[in-house]
Amino acid sequence: MIRFILLQNRQGKTRLAKYYVPLEESEKHKVEYEVHRLVVNRDPKFTNFVEFRTHKIIYRRYAGLFFSMCVDITDNELAYLECIHLFVEILDHFFSNVCELDLVFNFHKVYLILDEFILAGELQETSKKAIIERMGELEKQE
Amino acid sequence: MGSQGGWGQSKEFLDLVKSIGEARSKAEEDRIVLNEIEMLKRRINEPDIPKKKMKEYIIRLVYVEMLGHDASFGYIHAVKMTHDDSLLLKRTGYLAVTLFLNEDHDLIILIVNTIQKDLKSDNYLVVCAALTAVCKLINEETIPAVLPQVVELLGHQKEAVRKKAIMALHRFYQRSPSSVTHLISNFRKRLCDNDPGVMGATLCPLFDLISADVDSYKDLVTSFVSILKQVAERRLPKSYDYHQMPAPFIQIRLLKILALLGSGDKQASEHMYTVLGDIFRKCDSSSNIGNAVLYECICCVSSIHPSPKLLDSAAEVTSRFLKSDNHNLKYLGIDALRRLMKVNPDIAEEHQLAVIDCLEDPDDTLKRKTFELLFKMTKSTNVEVIVDRMIDYMISINDNHYKTEIASRCVELAEQFAPSNHWFIQTMNKVFEHAGDLVNVKVAHNLMRLIAEGFGDDDEGTDNQLRSSAVESYLRILSEPKLPSMFLQVICWVLGEYGTADGKFSASYITGKLCDVAEAHPSDDIVKAYAVTAIMKICAFEIAAGRKVELLPECQSLIDELSASHSTDLQQRAYELQAVLGLDGHAVESIMPADASCEDIEVDKSLSFLNSYVQQSLEKGAQPYIPENERSGILNISNFRNQDQHESSAHGLRFEAYELPKPSITLRTPAPAPAVSSTELVPISEPTYPKETNQAAKLSTVTDTGATELKLRLEGVQKKWGKPTYSTPVPSTSSSNLKTTNGVNQLGQATLSSHSRDVSYDSKRPQAEISPEKQKLAASLFGGSSSKPDKKPQSTSHKTSRLGNPASEKPQVATASAATTELAPQKTAPVQTPPPDLLDLGEPTVGDTIPSIDPFKQLEGLLGPPDVSSSTNSGTVSVTQPPDLMALYGDSSLSGVSSSISNLVPTNLDSMNLVSSSSSAADHGGSKVALSASLKKGPNPQDSLEKDSLARQLGVTPSIQNPNLFRDLLG
Repeated sequence: MIRFILLQNRQGKTRLAKYYVPLEESEKHKVEYEVHRLVVNRDPKFTNFVEFRTHKIIYRRYAGLFFSMCVDITDNELAYLECIHLFVEILDHFFSNVCELDLVFNFHKVYLILDEFILAGELQETSKKAIIERMGELEKQE
Repeated sequence: MGSQGGWGQSKEFLDLVKSIGEARSKAEEDRIVLNEIEMLKRRINEPDIPKKKMKEYIIRLVYVEMLGHDASFGYIHAVKMTHDDSLLLKRTGYLAVTLFLNEDHDLIILIVNTIQKDLKSDNYLVVCAALTAVCKLINEETIPAVLPQVVELLGHQKEAVRKKAIMALHRFYQRSPSSVTHLISNFRKRLCDNDPGVMGATLCPLFDLISADVDSYKDLVTSFVSILKQVAERRLPKSYDYHQMPAPFIQIRLLKILALLGSGDKQASEHMYTVLGDIFRKCDSSSNIGNAVLYECICCVSSIHPSPKLLDSAAEVTSRFLKSDNHNLKYLGIDALRRLMKVNPDIAEEHQLAVIDCLEDPDDTLKRKTFELLFKMTKSTNVEVIVDRMIDYMISINDNHYKTEIASRCVELAEQFAPSNHWFIQTMNKVFEHAGDLVNVKVAHNLMRLIAEGFGDDDEGTDNQLRSSAVESYLRILSEPKLPSMFLQVICWVLGEYGTADGKFSASYITGKLCDVAEAHPSDDIVKAYAVTAIMKICAFEIAAGRKVELLPECQSLIDELSASHSTDLQQRAYELQAVLGLDGHAVESIMPADASCEDIEVDKSLSFLNSYVQQSLEKGAQPYIPENERSGILNISNFRNQDQHESSAHGLRFEAYELPKPSITLRTPAPAPAVSSTELVPISEPTYPKETNQAAKLSTVTDTGATELKLRLEGVQKKWGKPTYSTPVPSTSSSNLKTTNGVNQLGQATLSSHSRDVSYDSKRPQAEISPEKQKLAASLFGGSSSKPDKKPQSTSHKTSRLGNPASEKPQVATASAATTELAPQKTAPVQTPPPDLLDLGEPTVGDTIPSIDPFKQLEGLLGPPDVSSSTNSGTVSVTQPPDLMALYGDSSLSGVSSSISNLVPTNLDSMNLVSSSSSAADHGGSKVALSASLKKGPNPQDSLEKDSLARQLGVTPSIQNPNLFRDLLG
């Protein structure tokens, strides 16, 4: 199960934070700070997995952004790594060539996309087409 | 799509985001955010805010929270927004509350009614929004309020709704398993939903249910196997493909379930063999996702009843992982090896050099995984090497959490496989010295017991040897500064028991050392207590042996000091010591016998030795003793106490509900008339939010879609004001292990990494150049067998893996050509398998008409009454696919070309990493271009130019601080 998802830039600024387990506010800040410290200085050749307390962080860097997911110790690391990539592909499709600026100004839409992709800590839909279609219908309302 | 031509927010908001982005320091950022909060506080309470403006305020609140500030003043407005009729506002409201509120927040009760109403909406998008909120906000107590409606939605005509309903039920199961156990048949039915997304989602709750109780789901084995088979044979719609793998995420979930079901069950396992073999054969091992599926396959194969053929395939894939240059794959390889070793212990031998490479890798994650493997393969022949390595690593890290873990592993291995006493003592010394206070107290006690009891054999000689070697090493270690408290306790105890036992050291020497220990740790009462007691033992043994005891002056002053100590425990020990010193040899020997720590002490509970004294007293006219329970009539002290307790509990919290709430019969009826069942909320919420409720009431009269709208229906929500419950504590990731610092020792790593660079270079050269040192290590680890079987396959695979992944090694200039060579095998690959072409349109139908029985129908037969909708089987689904999708994925030649283009324009190092890390980036680039072309988007560079100019119009320019803002994430 996914515990939380974080998008952070290299300076550690949070671009998106979605928690699937209840945490106190102070605890969230601590988590964000620690996760950033864990991933930011890792050699790009290293594994994309880091132990984090009793869980593990699967992270991937795209340009200046780190996408980090905290999952259970028994989860398939590589699958979640690809899950991050699929998410980025969806974002890329939705924003057409997504860049960090898109996510900065449209963070609420990123949350909406994420809600179509992952729900209650589990992958809900893995078809890019289905998600893009659903977002299209939501967009039509505007 | 939506993002084009503007970001759709007001200038004000864009300015805010921009100024935050340009803030030079955290302090500046905080100042901006605090201003924003002040502004929002003022404005959000103004009357008659246009809805669109309100929506923006809410989004700004979300932004403020995301930056780590408190926006709780606005929560109520987000809650109110969920009541709105417009889908857009409602969606924003739900989004905000799911981000703001935890499931136990007081405001949730104000949303439950809205959720109930929205779950019944005709607009499926409203239902979806409500279901998303249900997943986050509904806690154990409120589940009954929405459960019937969510269950009903399992039959909704829109697949998106069914899917979310399943996920919501899964969440309910996690919150409170008993709430949904009666719905298992619904889950089974959804397994043959005709939408693959719904089917895939159903696997989540099923996985949880099955792991809780495997035996009740054995009948589903054939269903899961046949679904997996269909997925692997590409019967699902193409839109579920990811990097040319058919629905890999669904495959992985199925494999996880099969691993559970097949574990220890030969019959069930045999059903799975064929499909697992197929997946091993077909899986694309050049992409990350293909390897993820393969890895899951290995996990499954090692968990189910073993099949030699499948184990061979698994071993083959594992060795490919281990020989890869990609760290992620190595990591998976090590883990796969650990799993396979449970079935076949010899398998690790073949990969000894790869394992050692991983052990010496500077990457901590990989190293730890390797230690896990080594821990599992420790035998008495290699325990020394492995434990030495583990201790070295333990010393080098700062991460207390992991230090504790690895220390306890060292202890476990040492206790289990120690080749000699001497080695055991040395090892324990090292563990205690470097991780002393992190080690479990039990470990210290075990060590003391072990030294006292010996290794169990009757040979006193070896036990004595063990003890004297322990004493010697401890005396040596005592000279070191800063020993952990727990280690000192062990040392004191052992010195007290055995310090003078073999006659090598004099009593005064040992007591002197013990005094030093006590003096060096003036603030550690436990250590001082151990030291004093040890001195007492030494003295007692001396007196018992008939020798005269001369207390050293420093020892005397220590005793004087302790007899005046604040700690009564220390005082008592000091006085006892003095008392012992005054006794004669005979008495001392009976109270402190030498080497008797293992003897059982018999306690005379009835105090029979006092009988004669009692008798005497009685004869002299003393009152006979009356047991406590017979004393009730006289002066019942204990009864008093009991009453007291009773009294106090009556004054304390009442845990019973004041009155039983009405049974929620309405729950069962699908659509209760709202007017009847509603309960007024106003009296409850008034004291806390009087203003808001009033406003809400006003609103309701204006919109007037029914006066009941704003009331909270409480059927099934009984517990909130019934039995008080405590909010559930924050789960597992608690603050207890928060202090763990980043486990990376920067200095150590720097030196390590340069060292291991060399090492990895070594491994890339031909095998002959493997350093003799490493071979020696391998030999000692793997029981001395030579690395001969490893040589040939490894050298060849290095060649191939280098070919397969050129981008990561060669400088930028070379990548263009390298990428094209890399493309070649990938382009040919689809030719062998049926090409993802327009031709494919017909294929599934052909494939589906040939098998006489439709597998989905078969499933229905298995699982209960046939569902009308599910009679349209997977075949027709793929036929009815819109043709544009085919075009998207179809034209392989186009995608080939475009992908080579996207590879030829590497912008910088970062994007190069991207390309190399996702080995299938080429396919992805292709599909992306094809997709965007079909949706009539501008070509990539144009898009980003537009975006750039728009950003500049808005005044957002990339600052030096973050030049990445404009870079496409996918490079």
